[in-house]
Amino acid sequence: MSRTAKILSSLFILFWVLTAFAPSLIAPADPLAINPSQAFQAPSSAHIFGTDESGRDVFTRVIHGAGDSLYIGLAATALGMGLALVLGTAAALAPRWLDEVILRVLEALYSVPSLLMALLIIAFTGPGVGPAIVAVGLSTAPGYARLVRSQIRTLKNSEMLEAATVLGRGTWLKVRNHLVPNALQPLLALVTLGIGQAVIWAAALSFLGLGTPPPAPEWGAMLSAGRTYLHLAWWLSFFPGLAIVVVAAGSTLIGRALGGKVKAV
Amino acid sequence: MKLLAWLGRKVGGALVVLWLVATAIFIGVRLIPGDPAEAIMGGPGSQASAEALANARSEYGLDLPIISQYFLFLAKLIRLDFGTSYSFKDPVLQIMGEVLPPTINLALLALVVAWLLALLFALLAMRANKFGRLLGNAVEIVAAAVPHFWLGAVLIMLFSSMLGWLPAVANGTPAGLVLPVLTLALPLAGFLTQLMRDSLNTAMGSQFALAARARGESRLTVFRRHGLRHAALPALGLTGWAFSSLLSGAVVVEAIFARPGLGRSLLSAVLARDIPMVTGIALFSALVYIVVMALTEAIERLIDPAGAES
Repeated sequence: MSRTAKILSSLFILFWVLTAFAPSLIAPADPLAINPSQAFQAPSSAHIFGTDESGRDVFTRVIHGAGDSLYIGLAATALGMGLALVLGTAAALAPRWLDEVILRVLEALYSVPSLLMALLIIAFTGPGVGPAIVAVGLSTAPGYARLVRSQIRTLKNSEMLEAATVLGRGTWLKVRNHLVPNALQPLLALVTLGIGQAVIWAAALSFLGLGTPPPAPEWGAMLSAGRTYLHLAWWLSFFPGLAIVVVAAGSTLIGRALGGKVKAV
Repeated sequence: MKLLAWLGRKVGGALVVLWLVATAIFIGVRLIPGDPAEAIMGGPGSQASAEALANARSEYGLDLPIISQYFLFLAKLIRLDFGTSYSFKDPVLQIMGEVLPPTINLALLALVVAWLLALLFALLAMRANKFGRLLGNAVEIVAAAVPHFWLGAVLIMLFSSMLGWLPAVANGTPAGLVLPVLTLALPLAGFLTQLMRDSLNTAMGSQFALAARARGESRLTVFRRHGLRHAALPALGLTGWAFSSLLSGAVVVEAIFARPGLGRSLLSAVLARDIPMVTGIALFSALVYIVVMALTEAIERLIDPAGAES
């Protein structure tokens, strides 16, 4: 990663962390305050992203929505990656028959499209933020797990590990000193790429009315609410979606700079 | 003979996957807290009558031991009996027969459009100067990062609200199909272009491309006869994933453009907690994925110059 890329990436992450934890620093107004006399104002210097049907400031809501949207995306990625690490490492190190079993299970999980699997899980659990995290996490896990498995397998057969075995190192020592550090760098890139996708999936669930319930300023929910007024007030849907695109594109760029390849996860 | 063995392996693998998916769903339904009969009837909020609950119990054999229930469930699936949808009041198989064709049409059309766009972009990128490449890079990344639900809204704003060229709802005419197909195809095209460009660059810079040029073939011929294969292969390997992501996208696109189809039905089934319907759709999409994967593998074998014997 070049120096400029590092600085830009850090600034990008810093901005979103700040937005997520202290949205009032950037947008001091109340995201839920309604003001019917100010409804459907087009973007102007007073309301740079315009106002919605209840006169709420869209910019304030987009900024305050970052916390929820990013939280769901991060939590889902952590869940999916955690599961994938366990399954993928187990499959790679296990005896052949167990590897075969895990692979079949992963294939079964992978065969149901992500959003469909998320919907399936929500059909069991009912809608909500928690179920959305579980749904997105579980539906991204099989993709990660396959990559973790192939990563660990490549490392397992490397000369470095062979040397460690010849030197009589124990399994735990090999996992800690060689497998984990060497697998971490590519996985970090993958996670960065994955967060953007998870934010999109989570927003998609809210968009379909299955994630964060209104009037909370979550991006997908805002976009969905704005859709009713698409012909009247384009800014209601445009700006929350733009926020999602910026986060997703940013995470893709950083992930690629960290050495991640675009893969189907 | 080799073909038969391959086919046998594929069918066997497919059955195992379908069995695992069905088993996971069976366990999932039983994990729902409370009375499964109540869950089948739409959850505690449905206030199903005692009689309806008893009916559901006997229909699903919920009064039997859990092992018998499991085998009964599998036996029904083998006969393609997914049960009766609770929200639509029709057999699940019949509803799927109605909602499937529009979704498959949409997804296939989007797949074709995405491939054409990706090939076009990859070709353009090959001829572009430094600025053009940078621009292409940016467009690809943004295209791949755009969520369907936003892209759909933006396309409606542009082409329907502002320009008035195309209808905002899918009304069954070819014009009504343009925006839904573009919404699905553009993000996929972004992904595919990234892949194709990488492999195309490698192929066109390789020894065999140089050798072909030395034999006097034009750049275009080299591209057509050698480059294209290598550009297509990695992207083709992703077709299974692409198709399954198109099915995911179809849920959203059908909601935005008020288009009937699998996604719309699934969404309303989920909202109504219509477990038989959801089970049917999940198993079906798994089957589609497996079939598409097998087809891609067959096509890959046909066009991969090195893979013929492996």
